[in-house]
Amino acid sequence: MEDTVMRATLVNAEKFVGVANGALKMAARDVRVFYGESEALHGVDLDIYENEVLAFIGPSGCGKSTFLRCLNRMNDTIDGCRVTGRIELDGEDIYDRSLDVVLLRARVGMVFQKPNPFPKSIYENIAYGPRLHGLASGRAELDDIVERSLQRAGLWEEVKDRLEQPGTGLSGGQQQRLCIARAIAVSPEVILMDEPCSALDPIATAKVEQLITELSETYTIVIVTHNMQQAARVSRRTAFFHLGNLVEVDDTTKIFTSPSDGRTEDYITGRFG
Amino acid sequence: MHNDDASAPRTDPSTQRRLVERSLARRHGAEKRFRAAGLAAVFFGLGMVALLFASILAKGVPAFWQATVVTEVYFDPEIIKVDPRPVAQPGETPAQLHEREMAWQTQLTMANWNRIIENTLAAHLPEVTDARARARLRQLVTSGERFVLRDRVIADPALIGQRLTLKLLADANVDVWLKGNIDRSLPDSQQQLAPDVRAWADQLHERGVIQMKFNTTLFGNPDSRSSLASAGLAGAFVGSLFMMAIVILLAVPVGVASAVYLEEFAPRNRFTDLIEVNINNLAAVPSIIFGLLGAAVFINWFHMPLSAPIVGGLVLSLMTLPTVIIATRSTLQAIPPSIRQAALGIGASKVQMILHHVLPLALPGILTGAIIGVAQAIGETAPLLLIGMSAFVAAVPATPFDQSTALPVQIYLWQGNELRNFFEARTSAAIIVLLGLMLSLNALAIWLRKRFEKRW
Ligand SMILES: Nc1ncnc2c1ncn2[C@@H]1O[C@H](COP(=O)(O)OP(=O)(O)OP(=O)(O)O)[C@@H](O)[C@H]1O
Ligand SMILES: [Mg+2]
Repeated sequence: MEDTVMRATLVNAEKFVGVANGALKMAARDVRVFYGESEALHGVDLDIYENEVLAFIGPSGCGKSTFLRCLNRMNDTIDGCRVTGRIELDGEDIYDRSLDVVLLRARVGMVFQKPNPFPKSIYENIAYGPRLHGLASGRAELDDIVERSLQRAGLWEEVKDRLEQPGTGLSGGQQQRLCIARAIAVSPEVILMDEPCSALDPIATAKVEQLITELSETYTIVIVTHNMQQAARVSRRTAFFHLGNLVEVDDTTKIFTSPSDGRTEDYITGRFG
Repeated sequence: MHNDDASAPRTDPSTQRRLVERSLARRHGAEKRFRAAGLAAVFFGLGMVALLFASILAKGVPAFWQATVVTEVYFDPEIIKVDPRPVAQPGETPAQLHEREMAWQTQLTMANWNRIIENTLAAHLPEVTDARARARLRQLVTSGERFVLRDRVIADPALIGQRLTLKLLADANVDVWLKGNIDRSLPDSQQQLAPDVRAWADQLHERGVIQMKFNTTLFGNPDSRSSLASAGLAGAFVGSLFMMAIVILLAVPVGVASAVYLEEFAPRNRFTDLIEVNINNLAAVPSIIFGLLGAAVFINWFHMPLSAPIVGGLVLSLMTLPTVIIATRSTLQAIPPSIRQAALGIGASKVQMILHHVLPLALPGILTGAIIGVAQAIGETAPLLLIGMSAFVAAVPATPFDQSTALPVQIYLWQGNELRNFFEARTSAAIIVLLGLMLSLNALAIWLRKRFEKRW
């Protein structure tokens, strides 16, 4: 069983010529998702490599968020949602019974479409995760994590004098960067972002995009976006979804210049969507 | 793609404008009528509340002052002939001492306290010399004062032989007469007091011997039937407090726990649907049926004491449970899912998500629901009647297992008392106390809500 998967992984990896310059981080095989009786994803195979930025694009309702949520099992929290197939993180099946979903989510963090800071202070927002997982052994260490996370998220200068004020009192863009800081505070290996900039203005978007580029040095990032330019700017590889299928995944430049599937070309040139 | 047909105006601008203006007038009219109807409804409701409060206050407030005889009392050693209070002898067991003490108290009770009161009043009315008339003087003071005087001596035997200025409660009928709660022009045959007693009451009232004093007995005494003027709310109040405590300790935690389980953990299936429907049904069950259930289960089956706050509290808890569950569930449902996702996304377990984020956010709503449930429960009467809490109890309960009444039941009992002229005001006073308790509970709910909302 393990062997067939490995072989399949290798076979698939060969398809993505010239992109496999990182180690394989996550691998999805024949992933199907059902909401009640209806199938929303029809067998997705996808590899995600270490330290890459992978963008998901596709028309609304094609299953991008659904697939993203499979990667840290947030689908478990949706009533009536069922996932089949196999998803591996560093070769381990994340849907295995022996795997603790809490540990998985500490390793695969998530940033949501709408900024959702806790209604607590800025400090508490960041400190919550590390405290939960026992990552800091004292107040000083925790302070340190909070400062570093906020710095990495490019928010430190703006909030360092108001750490005790509510996180919900920040602007939309600041809130989203706060949520990113909160996600990286637990040092995940993979960060999933579901349209993180859809509620932001161009300046805040630019900040978050720059942040994503910086973060990709340390983290593996998967980002859903409706903005082609954004996908082109931040990602090295892009996956195109359509009606519950993964149509193709390739180098971003290739997808935007010479896609191999007609549907991809139609979508990119704005013929549907 | 642009469609020229769709973007072309259908009517010319001036006709269009006229049409919109005409419909606008109609819409404004409808809006005005709607507002007026709403305002009228609000005023109607407010008016009714104002009427209710005005009538209760007008009737009840006078009962907070009661006719009281303020006079010097002589603890005449000639009348109170009693041995010195027993003290512990060497070699005596505590039981033996207690026995002698009780004998001494009995001796004290046998003293002619009526004579003391008679002499006290006669000192103010020296013209009353006839023995029968003098005996009638006693009608001015309520009968329970004899025991109050005796208890003073038990507490301090050194009082014997001393003169002390005391407040003696006037008889209920004197209070009624002086407050004008009985028609003074009624013939003697329909008056409760003899003509000379009425005259003495007026006389003493004029001279300031009988004064309207703040009514501490209303709050300090339990109910009384032999000495109506001494009837108070203390027993009912403490009974209600016991029941309130039981409801808070039982219905609130159980209700919140079941709501959290049903809302956050229970799978959605036939069985939980059934539970849900039945909780809603339970909330609609008339309260008197809970009383029947309490009588059958707690009293007949578990042999719990009759008329006890423990049983009342259990019954009221059952009654309050659905309210608490429904209020808590709707509060939990209102917590934004984004907060739950944020917590889970960072690796919180479900329990951590609930304890750290959902419950703190839901707390103000849960508290409000719980307090409204509790307030409803302590105002409830019908189920208490069925478990025997309408019995006459002349003592303040010391534990929830003692016999007791409750505030609403006390209101019901006083409302039915034959001495209407006296108890009408007392009933309204009891209503004021009950409403005061409810309003403080509601104020507490608002305060808690504000406090926890700030802390988010
Ligand atoms: N909780 C749910 N219950 C039932 N069906 C769902 C649920 N979430 C998504 N779906 C369905 O699954 C399909 C994929 O939805 P998904 O949200 O993954 O699309 P998406 O690609 O993220 O779209 P968008 O770009 O608009 O966010 C859609 O047909 C949607 O209706
Ligand atoms: Mg989506």
